[in-house]
Amino acid sequence: MSDSIALQLRNISKRFGSIQAVRNVDLDVRHGEILALLGENGSGKTTLMNMIAGIYFPDEGQIFVDGEEATIHSPKDAFRYKIGMIHQHFKLVDVFTAAENIVLGIREGARFNLSETEKKVADITEKYGFEIDPRKKIYDMAVSEKQTVEILKVLYRGADILILDEPTAVLTPQEIDKLFAVLRRMREDGKSIIIITHKLHEVMAISDRVAVLRKGEHIATVETAKTTEAELTEMMVGKKVTLNIERSEPKNSADRLTVEGLSLKNHEGTQVLDNVSFTARSGEILGIAGIAGSGQKELLEAIAGLQHLESGDMIFRNPKKDQPVTFFHKDLHRVKQLAAEGAFRYEDGKTVDFTGMSDKEIRQIVNDGKVLFKEDEIIDLKDKTPLQIRELGIRLSFVPEDRLGMGLVGNMDIVDNMMLRSYRKGKSVFVDRTKPGALADKIIHDLQVVTPSAHTPVRRLSGGNVQKVLVGREIAAAPKVLMAAYPVRGLDINSSYMIYNLLNEQKENGTAVIFVGEDLDVLIALCDRILVMCGGKVSGIVDGRGAQKEKIGLMMTKTEGSV
Amino acid sequence: MEEKDSVVEVTSPVGGDEPQEKKARTPLFHVTKRAQIGWQKAIGIRVIAIFAALVLCAIITVLCTGDNPFSVFKTVAEGAFGKGRTLVTVHDIAILLCISLAVTPAFRMRFWNIGAEGQTLIGGLATAIVMLNLHDKVPTAPLVLIMLVAAVAAGALWGFVPAFFKARWNTNETLFTLMMNYVAIQLVEYFLKIADKTGSNVVGPNLLGTGIPNLFGVQYLLNILVVAVLTGVLYVYLQYSKHGYEISVVGESENTAKYIGINVRRVIIRTMLVSGAICGLAGLLIVGGASHSINSNIVDGRGFTAIMVSWLAKFNPLYMILTTFLLVFLDRGADEISTRFGLSSSFSAILTGVILFFIIGCEFFINYQVHFDRRPFAKAKKQCEPQIKEEE
Repeated sequence: MSDSIALQLRNISKRFGSIQAVRNVDLDVRHGEILALLGENGSGKTTLMNMIAGIYFPDEGQIFVDGEEATIHSPKDAFRYKIGMIHQHFKLVDVFTAAENIVLGIREGARFNLSETEKKVADITEKYGFEIDPRKKIYDMAVSEKQTVEILKVLYRGADILILDEPTAVLTPQEIDKLFAVLRRMREDGKSIIIITHKLHEVMAISDRVAVLRKGEHIATVETAKTTEAELTEMMVGKKVTLNIERSEPKNSADRLTVEGLSLKNHEGTQVLDNVSFTARSGEILGIAGIAGSGQKELLEAIAGLQHLESGDMIFRNPKKDQPVTFFHKDLHRVKQLAAEGAFRYEDGKTVDFTGMSDKEIRQIVNDGKVLFKEDEIIDLKDKTPLQIRELGIRLSFVPEDRLGMGLVGNMDIVDNMMLRSYRKGKSVFVDRTKPGALADKIIHDLQVVTPSAHTPVRRLSGGNVQKVLVGREIAAAPKVLMAAYPVRGLDINSSYMIYNLLNEQKENGTAVIFVGEDLDVLIALCDRILVMCGGKVSGIVDGRGAQKEKIGLMMTKTEGSV
Repeated sequence: MEEKDSVVEVTSPVGGDEPQEKKARTPLFHVTKRAQIGWQKAIGIRVIAIFAALVLCAIITVLCTGDNPFSVFKTVAEGAFGKGRTLVTVHDIAILLCISLAVTPAFRMRFWNIGAEGQTLIGGLATAIVMLNLHDKVPTAPLVLIMLVAAVAAGALWGFVPAFFKARWNTNETLFTLMMNYVAIQLVEYFLKIADKTGSNVVGPNLLGTGIPNLFGVQYLLNILVVAVLTGVLYVYLQYSKHGYEISVVGESENTAKYIGINVRRVIIRTMLVSGAICGLAGLLIVGGASHSINSNIVDGRGFTAIMVSWLAKFNPLYMILTTFLLVFLDRGADEISTRFGLSSSFSAILTGVILFFIIGCEFFINYQVHFDRRPFAKAKKQCEPQIKEEE
């Protein structure tokens, strides 16, 4: 057995400051096998692989390639040992062709011959079944093609050990199948492949063996055929977890937000949203699926009032019918105006008429809660700023994709971050930190946020806790519409399921939840309806119950007419 | 840890034979970012830095001049707080502090206002214009009021222009504020030409009058009190007001500010108005409250020194009292050295430079931790240990 071992790690450790990222890891990779490296975010998978690829140098331990000790200081060293890594974020020159990118940085002789390179590339693509045009420029390429170029780059340099860092995160199910076919062919050719992932079903589908890391430690390496998803999860998390999302039937659903013909161009003039229409209903989770960058982010930002629309309307039905009027969002002037339009009624059904009443009297009866709305308010959110939306009394919450860059302020503590939504309240020129302080304590307690105190800057918290703070704040406003973009990205399994439960709770409270996700399995398990986007267009809306992953995958890559 | 290492090496099937090679290639030390540092440790590092700076200064002094370094240090202290100097030093601190306070709101907003020099100068110019034209026509109280309004408005205008362009067209505020300095300098030169036909490059009390009267007959006292109050007000403004909160949010992340509905343009303009206005006030204090004269060099680089003050104090107005004190103390002390010991003024500049280098440099050790690789030592141990075991 030992002669077929390609790569051997012995006692590898790496620290970053006070954090032990990798601790005494021993790992073997055989010739001609696909080894899946499984672990939650922050378990040290990528750090470990970066040490093999020459990005980091281990603090302790040894690496052996084909039985010989290897000292790998740089990616160049790694290539000398025939190790190549395909990173999560591509490192390609946009204006070069595939072939040019592939030869970039190689010194082979004095001159380099592009047509020869192209021939060599063609040989490799044929051998392993890639589909790529070596003369195509990178900026014309889809994400999956760019990934192919990255893999070719590594193969061209003669790598026998390939490391792929979460290669499937950016691919559709169909593209994943293609990638896996290629990987299998490489395995048959005797190459060793390490694939980093945290998606269990992919591990089961592609790997021969699975190595599980937890908190920087190597828990075990098992034969894929002899294990189950549940067992792997337990190893990964360290305890038994149930992976069920309970989906209740929507109750008393009503249209809440109707988006019609939304179109938007970005700064470069590219059409990022093209005639998007859909309706989000109360008491329902509407999922949004699509390849990253298909317009999901812009869609949510447009609704939140952060984008300048080219055209389209966003009709919000504010559930006000038979609710008492308050001065919280409507000032006296506006109340008088609405009364004149006949928007209010008394408890006995009579229309409110303020003519002849003094301001004091009007304040009195409004404050007594005697004035009720006749109908739901219908408001077009088009061209409204986030501030105007709030001032209109629309409870629209938004958990943006970029948590520390948009949803929160990393250098501020939890209390000050709570205040982001509410600091304007009151006429005082000073901020009042008592209520945000209480809210911070409540969220820390209710959502089990792990933090030294409420006065810790949020950037010091782990990803899951940052997200709990953000989601907690957005839910605290008792939203009518809750939008969440990739709310579980980078979260461990427990935190992810806590977020799913929170979304479900909101749904049961009658909130219209819009959930942008990337894991199709989760979308199908959680959402009542799934809207699929492709290239800024809606390619269809499917029912979450009984939806098929393959069908959604197809819709993600091409538009099949509109709804 | 080390013992474990050695065990692995001994039992490792392939690697036991060639461990020596690695030794030469491991880096000697590496640097990691600190996640957190206790305040005691942070202060400790700063104290060590200042001490190290003084030791180096002493060595340089002995090497270059042969003078006793302790008498040099004593002279520094006397330079700042010797007989009849304390009030001047405190006033210098007050003026530098005022300008530092002015740049701080902008810096908290990550708006790199390096135009405090010009904003202060234009405030001084506005004061001088009012004094020149009105000192013999208007009684003192309204005159001071007009001076105040003019100086603050002029400073605010100098802050507003770059802020407006930044907010509207996202121009580079660093270049813009810097260029505004030169505009202010040229305007002062022009004023000097008009005001004083003799061609002097200073316009003094003979033309401007006596400006703001002394409080309780003590020179500079009013200026010092104004800055003291301003420090407290600005601290509260930045720390506890809604405006201050908005400034922090815009500075930390413009996207977050937009997300929660802060009008970023308005905050930028408003904050630069505040920043410029305080600079204008500093100009008033210099021209109207102290020198009663104007030339193009009255701010004397303090608009730039203020940047350092503000940064060293981490944009906290209360810490700024300390950092201004330190800088002014060094500056005045250094001046004294060069006169007392008959050394060239470059020598005092060298000493000031050394001390600042250490103070700023120590921030590196506060933010980062240096780990010296223990492996060479561990290695030596390791090589011994298996042998011992074999002997046993």
